[in-house]
Amino acid sequence: MAYSATAESHDHHDHRPSGIWRWLSTTNHKDIGTLYLIFAGVMFFVGGSMAMVIRLELFKPGMQFVDPAFFNSMTTVHALAMIFGGVMPAWVGLANWMIPLQVGAPDMALPRMNNFSFWLLPFAFTLLLIGFFVPGGAPAGGWTLYPPLVLQGGDSFPLAVFAIHLMGASSIMGAINVIVTIMNMRAPGMTLLRMPLFVWTWLITAYLLIAVMPVLAGAVTMLLTDHFFGTSFFSASGGGDPVMFQHVFWFFGHPEVYILILPAFGVVSEVIPTFSRKPLFGYEAMVYATASIAFLSFIVWAHHMFTVGMPLAGELFFMLSTMLIAIPTGVKVFNWSATMWKGSLTFEPPMLFCLAFLFLFTIGGFSGLMLAIAPADFQYQDTYFVVAHFHYVLVPGSIFTIIAAVYYWLPKWTGHMYNMTLAKWHFWLSTIFVNVLFFPQHFLGLAGMPRRIPDYATQFADWNMVSSIGGFGFGLSQLLFPYIVIKCIRGGEKAAARVWEGAHGLEWELPSPTPYHTWETPPSIALIHKGGEHWTEDGDDA
Amino acid sequence: MNMKKLATAIATVTVALASPAAFAAWTLNMTPGITAISRRVYDLHMIMYWWCVAIAIFVFGWMIYSLVRFRKSQGAVPDTKLVHNTKAEIIWTVLPVLILIIMAVPATRTLIETDDASKSELTIRITGYQWKWGYQYVDSGVEVLSTLDHASNAARQLGSGIDPTTVPDYLLNVDHPLVVPAGVKVRLLISAQDVIHSWWVPALAIKKDAIPGFVNEAWFKIDTDKTGLYRGQCAELCGRDHGFMPIVIDVRSKADFEAWLKTQQAMQRPADPAAAAVATAGDAAAPTG
Repeated sequence: MAYSATAESHDHHDHRPSGIWRWLSTTNHKDIGTLYLIFAGVMFFVGGSMAMVIRLELFKPGMQFVDPAFFNSMTTVHALAMIFGGVMPAWVGLANWMIPLQVGAPDMALPRMNNFSFWLLPFAFTLLLIGFFVPGGAPAGGWTLYPPLVLQGGDSFPLAVFAIHLMGASSIMGAINVIVTIMNMRAPGMTLLRMPLFVWTWLITAYLLIAVMPVLAGAVTMLLTDHFFGTSFFSASGGGDPVMFQHVFWFFGHPEVYILILPAFGVVSEVIPTFSRKPLFGYEAMVYATASIAFLSFIVWAHHMFTVGMPLAGELFFMLSTMLIAIPTGVKVFNWSATMWKGSLTFEPPMLFCLAFLFLFTIGGFSGLMLAIAPADFQYQDTYFVVAHFHYVLVPGSIFTIIAAVYYWLPKWTGHMYNMTLAKWHFWLSTIFVNVLFFPQHFLGLAGMPRRIPDYATQFADWNMVSSIGGFGFGLSQLLFPYIVIKCIRGGEKAAARVWEGAHGLEWELPSPTPYHTWETPPSIALIHKGGEHWTEDGDDA
Repeated sequence: MNMKKLATAIATVTVALASPAAFAAWTLNMTPGITAISRRVYDLHMIMYWWCVAIAIFVFGWMIYSLVRFRKSQGAVPDTKLVHNTKAEIIWTVLPVLILIIMAVPATRTLIETDDASKSELTIRITGYQWKWGYQYVDSGVEVLSTLDHASNAARQLGSGIDPTTVPDYLLNVDHPLVVPAGVKVRLLISAQDVIHSWWVPALAIKKDAIPGFVNEAWFKIDTDKTGLYRGQCAELCGRDHGFMPIVIDVRSKADFEAWLKTQQAMQRPADPAAAAVATAGDAAAPTG
């Protein structure tokens, strides 16, 4: 087959430094992908342990364990670590691994920049986490960094700003790399509308990143000059405008939440067809829906700010534009459901996690729709209802699909199968506990519990205890994941090239594990069309 | 079978949400509140909820049916040509548009209504501080500073050893509540002194950010039969003690309120007759406490 020639002919220049220097100096997309994924895994556990502190303090009413200021640091750094350290690097890692394999490219287009964009991250998070040990403690003004509160921060404030600058630079470089790779390095015959959806969703995500990360960098830079250089961008007493920060922040922030979820849509659009043994329903509609969601993300930002006192016209505009998002999102959910319709379904771990995504992300969508209704949002805003909403779309949304992606491609990366039984345990425990953890938070929010409080009135005690129990269960269950992955890297049953019976696409034409260098000779048109049968109606168009 | 469990769970929650009175401490839902607007908001919330339930029954039903019916272990053979169906795709694009329009109409109406603070009979200026609320009755100059009550404050200290369940209205009680009249349209002018706070009383369905340098407006008109105490909290992270600056409103009949205001006026005015006038004329961001 075509792949064996590719694999063997390049072994002779498969030389690389050994030990730590290999990882520091690597320009190989697979090595860098692995680094990103390991980093993301570590940050998930760092951010997760902060969530455990939060749930521990909220286990029952009264202050038992931490000072309120430290509690605020926990919620703030938990969010920053999970968003910028966990979910985003995980997606970049998956992009690094899979995009070249899926479009038939030998590597990412800009391999040295690739190395640089990864190695900025450990420095960024060192700066952020060192905040715990400086006077004033870690950032505690919320991940949204609203002034004037954020300007009351101690020495960790400039550290956090520089950390965000580095993360932003890293993300922008990663995004440029993705776009250049997809635009220039697709194998001949891999037309745009033949690309797997993971590639498509990442392409759109990369444009979002380039559009909004500089906006965040600008916003935090203005905070920095307000704090240290006497400017008054956001200070009312100097003629500035604290609400302007919120507009700028959410102009970044809303596209940002789609940066976290669009690649997840890509993964689900790969996994569900594979385990339904049926091509994705409505491939082109999926591409257009993703693009529509990306476009809408730029015109809905102020729905995070319904209570700041916008003029009526503004509230109306942002309410109605937000409701529009339900349409392309609905198209996606219907297309996934239609993909399973008349399929031949099996329930391996990647499929199980994607099914949990399908149900639970939809629940997050429902609460999102409710939150879009501005007058009702006056009651929901800044309560646990919002906390429940965004954790439903981020945990069973983004994180479950990251787990699904790892379970889907891990045998391809390592050449070994993992322990399916344990992975199914991981799925069931995660899915049950994530609901015990977050579903009661809807009730807490509706009953009137504000978010970001370290202690609460006694009528909120029951559901908080349930939620905390779910939190501890969910946190403990996640320890299974590194165990399963590490065991799989070390050994296990040999994986076939086409790991899953129904898998289609170029990556499955390569041997498992993938050789260090792949597609140095582009895949043949026939091979691309073979993958293309998967999503085009009659297989041999183009 | 796990899907059955899921369906049962959804049904249970649905039934429970529909009957808010059935659970005491295990509160599941929003309360309808004490103003016409708050009931409109509650109705809006419930309409949205039932729409979501209806859509969920359809979407989840479809998914669950597929999961049961099209299993490979049950001999399902994939129909690999089923990748497109124009009619279905048009339906599931157009139908949501129609549903959204149906949802948007009452939402827009309520939004317009909440925005109209005209013809108010009483104006109260609210100022957020780290970590207490200041209230000023603009016409009479009466001022109230409202902080967490002593019992809660003692119990909420780290390692206080005081069981919060023994403290009445733990964390939701203040030394001086905001006294307001029932049956009168009251306008609120909301601002802050230091950082952003948010004044939230669920029973009024009012949550408005208190922002330094800005004056936000809100209004309410409480039903005449809804006198009593209603509680809320600061809803915007405002620093270390954000969780410890509750709001209590004491709703009294118009006559009782006027009597209370007169007493307060008599108590406060002799001390500093100029203060009230200055505060009334000054801008809302200026210190009032």
